[in-house]
Amino acid sequence: MSNILSVENLSLSIDKQRLLKDISFEIKQGEVFALVGESGSGKSLTSLAIMRLLPDVISVSAGDIKLKEKSLFALPEYEMQKIRGRSIAMIFQEPMSALNPVMTVGEQVAEVLKVHLGLKNEAAKRKVISLFKEVSLKDPEERYNWYPHQLSGGQKQRVMIAIALACEPDLLIADEPTTALDVTIQAQVLELLKKIREERNLSILFITHDMAVVSQMADRVAVMKEGEILEEAECKAFFSNPQHPYTKSLLRDAMEKKEDRETKEKSEKLLEIEDLKVHFPIKKGFFQRTVGYVKAVDGVTLSISRGKTLALVGESGSGKSTIGQAILSLVHITHGRVAFENKNLATLSETALKPYRRKIQIVFQDPFSALNPRMTIGNIIREGMVSLGVGPNNRIEQDKYIKELLLKVELEVGYFGRYPHEFSGGQRQRIGIARALAVNPELIICDEPTSALDVSVRAQVLKLLKKLQQESGVSYLFITHDLSIVPIIADEVAVMKEGKIVEQGSVVNVMDNPQHEYTQKLLKSAPKLPNKREKNDNTI
Amino acid sequence: MILTLLWTDIMVWTLIFIVGLWGWSVSRSPQVKKQWHTIFRSSIAMASATVLLFYLLFTLLDSVHFRLATPSTDTKSQQVQYGEMTSLLDLLFSHNIKNTERTYSAPFATHEYAQSIIVDENGATKQKYLPLKHVSEDDNVTQKSIFAIFIGLVISGLLIFGHIVWRKRKGFKRELPWRTAYLTLLFLIVIFTWFYMLSYSHHVLGTDKVGGDVLYHSLKSIRTGVLIGILTTLIMLPVAIILGVSAGLFGGWVDDVIQYLYTTLSSIPGVLLIAAGVLSMQVMMDNNPTWFETTLERSDLRLLFLILILGITSWTGLCRLLRAETLKISQIEFVTAAKAFGVGKLTTIRRHIIPNLMHIILISVVLDFSGLVLAEAVLSYVGVGVDPTMHSWGNMINQARLEMAREPMVWWSLFSAFVFMFILVLAANLLSDRIQTVLDPRNKS
Repeated sequence: MSNILSVENLSLSIDKQRLLKDISFEIKQGEVFALVGESGSGKSLTSLAIMRLLPDVISVSAGDIKLKEKSLFALPEYEMQKIRGRSIAMIFQEPMSALNPVMTVGEQVAEVLKVHLGLKNEAAKRKVISLFKEVSLKDPEERYNWYPHQLSGGQKQRVMIAIALACEPDLLIADEPTTALDVTIQAQVLELLKKIREERNLSILFITHDMAVVSQMADRVAVMKEGEILEEAECKAFFSNPQHPYTKSLLRDAMEKKEDRETKEKSEKLLEIEDLKVHFPIKKGFFQRTVGYVKAVDGVTLSISRGKTLALVGESGSGKSTIGQAILSLVHITHGRVAFENKNLATLSETALKPYRRKIQIVFQDPFSALNPRMTIGNIIREGMVSLGVGPNNRIEQDKYIKELLLKVELEVGYFGRYPHEFSGGQRQRIGIARALAVNPELIICDEPTSALDVSVRAQVLKLLKKLQQESGVSYLFITHDLSIVPIIADEVAVMKEGKIVEQGSVVNVMDNPQHEYTQKLLKSAPKLPNKREKNDNTI
Repeated sequence: MILTLLWTDIMVWTLIFIVGLWGWSVSRSPQVKKQWHTIFRSSIAMASATVLLFYLLFTLLDSVHFRLATPSTDTKSQQVQYGEMTSLLDLLFSHNIKNTERTYSAPFATHEYAQSIIVDENGATKQKYLPLKHVSEDDNVTQKSIFAIFIGLVISGLLIFGHIVWRKRKGFKRELPWRTAYLTLLFLIVIFTWFYMLSYSHHVLGTDKVGGDVLYHSLKSIRTGVLIGILTTLIMLPVAIILGVSAGLFGGWVDDVIQYLYTTLSSIPGVLLIAAGVLSMQVMMDNNPTWFETTLERSDLRLLFLILILGITSWTGLCRLLRAETLKISQIEFVTAAKAFGVGKLTTIRRHIIPNLMHIILISVVLDFSGLVLAEAVLSYVGVGVDPTMHSWGNMINQARLEMAREPMVWWSLFSAFVFMFILVLAANLLSDRIQTVLDPRNKS
């Protein structure tokens, strides 16, 4: 097999700082080459360098990139223009922002064909429809005239793939193509990429942070960290016998670890939700008449025991975050009972609710928007203590209390007077946890607390959450779309779909023996690491 | 001598006090302090700020009013008589107020601009350029200029040297482009001392129709321009912030009412509202002449009223911006977190929303400033601006308007008003541009 692309000793630098250090790899005809690494490791920079789309401040300090033995850096810009889109195509993480909202998707694909292949209107349209068929879009003739906002995330990504394939490229660069998609859609898109690869004998450079996806897709894998390739291997060998210590730890973090969470006797129920309904009115017209309702949560019943964790699993739009907000009385509850220690919170006024605010807290998904950028870490944590009257009253004692909290979530005391922008995502998430812990809550609602974090950081945060549970006996409602972390953290699991719970039970029962077909489909779609079973068998 | 402060004086000094307090609070927050350092790391911002401070200095000098005791003719009576209100700036230029000429004269001229018909001893009529009353012909301008520039250099040199020593002693770490600031200051002081010292023997920028000194007019106009620029924002800001934030945060009918209010207000032509307001005020003042002891107080009240009306008509833009931004911020998770902690609405606004709106407020304040200075000129030109007896660039332009058609043209009145206004607006615009670049979060990438 010949090399489609070879990257030779590529180094990139900004001022004196080196961003990429001596990167070398080859991609062969018809091969899926996966570039794996955490955020900031330089994977996306590598792909930009291949497309020659690097920002001006970054310069290539050494090395070369060859496409079919032709050096890309030696080409003049107008020839490079022909290569982009024609020989090398790219698909992005965010299909929403990659499509032009005011053009129909058909026209957008046709535009590429007209520019690069010089096709005329009718021929271009015919080609687009055949491409839409190839990427398995339903009713391709009709979809031609649709605008991006009318398509779902998965369909948009299919259109993106159609654009990428339009000129029959030699190499497809897929930069985290499924990260923004739900598991079931992700499985479909990955399936599609595989099918196209086989049909067209296409080479794919697959950039991702998700080890499980890599194990499903890739022929060869390279691991990047801080601008260096640490390890490169065939996919099978890579997963069965990783060489570099960093790779080993990455794989360990990504692995599902089933823990023996001893299910003690039924402990008392902390929170009980009965037939909860949250309907948002749809208002229209001049007088804001209510014309209908969005049934975000539609008759949910569940309960959380003291000191236990309930994982609420579902895809985006299933209403799982709304349940969290309903428990905190942040949204209006249309119907049902939210009983905390046998007291119905749904009927309480804001003042009567105040004592319960202390007992239920929340940790958010996005660590960047969860902290006020204008407040110091100390003041962020102090806010809840002062508002709810928890902890010491005078400032000096409070400072001491906050510093102890910082140590508890494994941060440094010195962070007290600093501002959120100085911290990484994982550190901010710890600050968010410390803020929730400051009022000694009995229940913490974790709304996708790890989905914005890297694999290794995710493992650390989960470990911290578990440690805190063991120390203080706090309960968690863990809202997530990521099935792989459910066995690590949860005792019980509830699966949600379209505002309803389709299945709930203990983690062992649901994960190993799912009853409902939606749960089965979810579990089947979730990418898995190949040697998971063996590992578990070894450890038990 | 008694100190009599006008309403606008009180407002200016209050504003200075508030800005001082704000500066003090800024100096305690390292984050905001760093932002200001970033703003002033640009030499253009530094130079603009120096120019603006210079203008502010004149405003403040002109905002301390008092009435001097007039020497009583009747020695027996114990009653002390007080004259017209004067300001510190008037004291500084008292010679210019006294030395009025008969009519127009060009800058540095020794004779009047137009010929006058005179009848000599023989009874023959002649056309002749009359000599100016307060300028002597055999005056050595060059020598005086050199001396004035020398004095200017010495004064600015002393100031700059003092500042350098103070900076050394404090041992500041962060470097700012002080050299640009020093150069601007040097330039401004030298120009000013040159103008000032020559103003004793000449009319540096000429005289106007009734023989008043144009330099003095222009300097007095600074107060009017700056006041309209900053006091209007003072009136507009609380309205815009309170209404904008409540509309964004509370939503529902509050939002509807506020939206309809500003939509209605912004669809009425601004000039119409201002003209109506100013004219009705004028009628009221004419009917009650006993309200005012001096003409200055009268024109001051009219200025205040103009500022009020400008403030009422100009809050809508900022309010709209703040409403949109508040809508966005109130959906962000840290506000939800505050709600989950049971933090009250007012505290949420004070602690989470206002600090995150600060950049918008600041940017629009500096951008509006220059717009308002220009608006004053336009309104006074139209005749619905400040009192005709008040010194303002708009009035200067208005008076000079007819003389543009004259041959040869009388250009200096218009020219001085233009230059003084242009420098102020340019400096404000350059500074606001820099502030926007640094504070606007969209520019960070």
